[in-house]
Amino acid sequence: MIKAILIFNNHGKPRLSKFYEHYTEDTEQQIIRETFHLVSKRDENICNFLEGGLLIGGSDNKLIYRHYATLYFVFCVDSSESELGILDLIQVLVETLDKCFENVCELDLIFHVDKVHNILAEMVMGGMVLETNMSEIITQVEAQGKMEKSEAGITGAPARAVSAVKNMNLPEMPKNINIGDISIKVPNLPSFK
Amino acid sequence: MSDVVEKTLTALPALFDSQTGAAKITNRLRQLIKSITELTSKHEEENLIKQELSAMKEQVSSPNTTMKQMREIMVRAMYCEMLGYDASFTYIHAIKLAQQGGVLEKREEENLIKQELSAMKEQVSSPNTTMKQMREIMVRAMYCEMLGYDASFTYIHAIKLAQQGGVLEKRVGTFTPHFHSSPYITSITHAQEIIRRKAVLALYKFYLIAPNQVQHIHAKFRKALCDKDPGVMTSSLHIYLQLIRESPDSYKDLTGSFVTILKQVVGGKLPLDFNYHSVPAPWLQIQLLRILSLLGKEDQSTSELMYEVLDESLRRAEMNHNITYAILYECVKAVYTIHPKAELLEKAARCIGNFVLSPKINLKYLGLKALTYVVQHDAKLALQHQMTIIECLDHSDFTIKRETLELLFRITNAQNVTVIVEKMLDFLRSCNDEHTIIHLVGKVAELAEKFAPDNSWFIQTMNDVFSIGGDLLQQDVPNNFLRLLAEGSESKEEDDQLRLYAVDSYLTVLKGHTSHLPQCFLQVMSWVLGEYAHLQESVDQREVIRLLTQLLDQRSVSSETRVWILSALTKISEGQTDLILDLAESLSSSQDTVLRQQAQELRHLSQESQLHEWALPRGAPWDGIEVDSSLSFLDGFVSEALAAGAAPYKPPHQRQEELCEDRALNLEPYGFSLPVSLSSCSITDRQSPTLLSVSSGLSGNSTELSQKAGCLILEGVKRVWGKDGYLPQKKRSTPPVDEPSAAVQPPGQQEAAERIEPRPDPLTQNQDKQQLASSLFVGLGVGSAMSLLGKSEAPPPRFRKKPHPHESSSSSSSGTSERSSDSSSRSSRNTTNSFLYGSLLEKEPATSISAFDHTPKSTTANGLAQNKDTKEDRRANTSQILGGDMVIVRPSTIQDKHPPSVSSDLTALLPADLKDLPHSDVISLTSDPSLSLSSCRLFRDEALLLVIFISNCTETVIKDVAVQLTCEELKTVSLRGNVVDCLEARSTSVCHYALLMDDPHTNVSFTGTVSYQTQPGHTNTLPFSGTLSTADFIRPLVVTTEEYGKLWLSLSHDVKQNLKLLTDAGDPLRTTLNSLKDALQLHVVDIIGSEGIVACRLLSGAPCLLHCRVNGTALAMWLRSPHPALPDCILYHCQRALAHH
Repeated sequence: MIKAILIFNNHGKPRLSKFYEHYTEDTEQQIIRETFHLVSKRDENICNFLEGGLLIGGSDNKLIYRHYATLYFVFCVDSSESELGILDLIQVLVETLDKCFENVCELDLIFHVDKVHNILAEMVMGGMVLETNMSEIITQVEAQGKMEKSEAGITGAPARAVSAVKNMNLPEMPKNINIGDISIKVPNLPSFK
Repeated sequence: MSDVVEKTLTALPALFDSQTGAAKITNRLRQLIKSITELTSKHEEENLIKQELSAMKEQVSSPNTTMKQMREIMVRAMYCEMLGYDASFTYIHAIKLAQQGGVLEKREEENLIKQELSAMKEQVSSPNTTMKQMREIMVRAMYCEMLGYDASFTYIHAIKLAQQGGVLEKRVGTFTPHFHSSPYITSITHAQEIIRRKAVLALYKFYLIAPNQVQHIHAKFRKALCDKDPGVMTSSLHIYLQLIRESPDSYKDLTGSFVTILKQVVGGKLPLDFNYHSVPAPWLQIQLLRILSLLGKEDQSTSELMYEVLDESLRRAEMNHNITYAILYECVKAVYTIHPKAELLEKAARCIGNFVLSPKINLKYLGLKALTYVVQHDAKLALQHQMTIIECLDHSDFTIKRETLELLFRITNAQNVTVIVEKMLDFLRSCNDEHTIIHLVGKVAELAEKFAPDNSWFIQTMNDVFSIGGDLLQQDVPNNFLRLLAEGSESKEEDDQLRLYAVDSYLTVLKGHTSHLPQCFLQVMSWVLGEYAHLQESVDQREVIRLLTQLLDQRSVSSETRVWILSALTKISEGQTDLILDLAESLSSSQDTVLRQQAQELRHLSQESQLHEWALPRGAPWDGIEVDSSLSFLDGFVSEALAAGAAPYKPPHQRQEELCEDRALNLEPYGFSLPVSLSSCSITDRQSPTLLSVSSGLSGNSTELSQKAGCLILEGVKRVWGKDGYLPQKKRSTPPVDEPSAAVQPPGQQEAAERIEPRPDPLTQNQDKQQLASSLFVGLGVGSAMSLLGKSEAPPPRFRKKPHPHESSSSSSSGTSERSSDSSSRSSRNTTNSFLYGSLLEKEPATSISAFDHTPKSTTANGLAQNKDTKEDRRANTSQILGGDMVIVRPSTIQDKHPPSVSSDLTALLPADLKDLPHSDVISLTSDPSLSLSSCRLFRDEALLLVIFISNCTETVIKDVAVQLTCEELKTVSLRGNVVDCLEARSTSVCHYALLMDDPHTNVSFTGTVSYQTQPGHTNTLPFSGTLSTADFIRPLVVTTEEYGKLWLSLSHDVKQNLKLLTDAGDPLRTTLNSLKDALQLHVVDIIGSEGIVACRLLSGAPCLLHCRVNGTALAMWLRSPHPALPDCILYHCQRALAHH
């Protein structure tokens, strides 16, 4: 399982952090700092794996990282992940970012944090690899982009007006859960078989 | 309607605003980022962010904020979170927004909601959360659930809440768990592939969090595996990898399917979409290979199924790309994990060669890892790559070096140990990573102990270990070392030589600079010097004392170490009164109480040489030490003190409870209600003046202490208590003959050691390496030609430890009998567990009996007779159990149909194998128009079976009945029949839970829900609850009087109390004990005169011994148990049983 995905620059400034296990805010910051400290010390021509993570608990964990220009991409994984597999996953992530942003650079990650998160969410879910096919990921992200566009701007206004009205009737909508009523109905629940 | 229109109108301007809003968004974030980058100090940044956050807070709570702005705020909040600032106030808004907003908002908010969930998690587990807050959290959790996020951690709290709270809480409580899994289950059949995929992963996550609650969806996993879309199948492999890792045997039948899948993937049958660098679905292949290796482990027939496909994979993966190497690596590992096949092994070995020889550093690393794994099976493989390994040893990369040493560790034998340990120590000296040091130092110590060629080397190496490892060392390294020295091997002479070496080398060390030595090393040295300094006759004892005293004066020495040093001094102080008195004088004013006490002891002992000899005899064997952890020799003293009016001692846990009791306001409204109620009755009783609660409480304390501190302190400080105070079990032995040890070192070793000295000449360097190689890999080639079995042929360790039976009695206060019963019950638990688990997976339908299908065949008279029969049976069984015969539990098989029974007695519906067990009456739990629930307790010998009868009262079929039982205090060992697909009209299904109680509570309540569908798509839930008492979890403990006596002394927690004596019959004691026996399933061991001894045990293993004596009209009851709370519970039930009588 992937425990955490961190992206930071050569000076240790975090550009993206995603944890798939719960840590307190402070621990997360400490993990980022220490990881940077460990990774930045290493030369370019030595291997991309680091063992003995005291940070994210247990010797079972290791860090797998890649260094691109100004950014470090670090995956913290446990022993159930294949090292080379993850290394190529980082490559896929970066190539996907590159395709989405056309020549991705550090600034893209800063100003489009949300988009990067979306891409990552398509690749990894709850610490498990969900999708590794670049074109598939891009298709999903673009589909979302389209929906977003259709909702925004003057063209999306009628649809949004409808949804605004709908929201006002919220208590009467079947999807809302009325706590006072014991027989709870979940819409469209087919039989369990 | 009018207000709807009004609201629409107010919303409209915001909609038209949105275009300008879009521009604004990026501007605000851009501004923020820009200003952050312009700042120079961390302090300024903090201020700025704080400003920003408060501005956001205002905006968020103002009603005029549009959705677009809201979304922008969320993005900024996310950015702040990433920088490490707390923006938790936005979470709830995020949820709101996500509910109303479009797709974009949803995505955005997902991240924040995750944060929200984790914040809730913290709140939930904090004990200060009030009920009201809790309720609010639950509602929020439900919100999140509704949006499809996983808030399952709140379920258990929801249920607790439902137990305590009013109607509203109850609704919330029962609702949440049920709500959970259904959306995922529905979406598993969703038309869109990506959704199915995500649903599968969500289910997996849910499985990880609460494995018991998803047993009914295992079938869905299989469905996912057979999904027509390969993506969904890939996701389901995550689940199977986990499941198979837990129990490979249950999934052997799937091997064929996995092999077929892999074959198709390798053969390129997948669509081209799945290719990555023209390799078909590499991640999928890796996953599959891992699963196969788990399945084929130590199983020849399964392994044979996969030889072909492994061969194929090895052959195909020849392209030169990273990802193919990843597959190859997994392949090689699989080949070496499953049942070996010569041909495949050969191919795999060649692959490893490719890895190791590769110029790419990552591949080299993996090659080393593979070698490390493989040499356990075949040490010869390392020989082929010796030169590479030597190169890697000098590699600049830390990770590679470490991996190489790991590999060397695996191939160490008696011949190359010196060289390898030398290399490891070199590495350690230059290493500054704490984790690596701890890890490697332990390995060095292990090697040294196993293969040490001679004494001096061993001691020297251990010195290095202690000084490098320092205080990072794990406690067992010094412990093992000291035990080795103390207990020695078979021959006394050798032992003394080893000790002599140790003393010599430590004296040398102490003469040098000592300030930099780690505490742990100092402790070891002082212990050894204290014990064995007298062996070295050439050294003046005064010199030793002087050296040790010097240490005491050093500032860097910790107070714990000082205690060690002082006890060493106490041991060797004999006859040096003048030196010692000075020392004792100077320490008697020390700040540290322990030190002061020791100084006192030291002074007394040094003045009275006879006492000294008696208390601290020299050179006695280690076997004779006995620790009376219950301090029973103090009983007389205690009773005297009590007679003089002293307050009885209360163990800490009791005091705690009383504190809770005394508080006027219970400040912990959540979670404490059950235990408090139970403790209150027992405590108030005990406070009445006639009743005594005496325990040699120190014992409780001292055992806890010693457990906490580990056996190190016991060994070092050597404070040995027995029944008569200090135990004089050591005899003074004659000083052994000093004999210069014949350090016989194989000449080859010495040469090898010399050869590795660095030589700067580049020409000879290669040759140098060759020589190093020959010394490193010596003994691997010829010696281990037959070493396919790996470790089994490892030479016996040089220092053989004696078995030490006393270790157990000193480290744990519980007797051996307890342990054995514990282990036996555990093993039986395991077997039943695995059996039940297996049968569940086969989707065997639960017992379902239709009572109305059968025409009554027997007359009422018959039925009565039958009833009587079963009753008699039952009694017979009870007596059997009370008699203490172990009832062997037959693995139960479910009967689908039962012989028709006319009586409505539900117990007749029990499966045949359970019918014979003693059981309680059937109580109705709850009912609604369609279902009625009743329960019954069955007393099995290793668990309590809670049987729930689910009866369909309607004339229609009820579908998808699922029972969920929750109780925090109890442990569910196994369950069966909690899911029934289809319950016929007027029929009853039986579901049973095997429960264990780990921590005794007088009463435990359980809650649960039954969900069912009377018509498709319409799920009803029916909550139920009930209570169980400790008495249900108690079984008789059959011991003889002697065993009882032994056990009594080993137990530490005790409680005394006077109980009512039943005086209505001839022999009051016997009557009272018998009535207790009937009520509580106790075992009466013996009755002698006016005293009786009784024993019982808790199901999870802890015994409880009762000692009763007639005292006028009362029964003085004295209970002892290793478990602090158990006596209280049993006492409570005894009182109740006698009161009811």
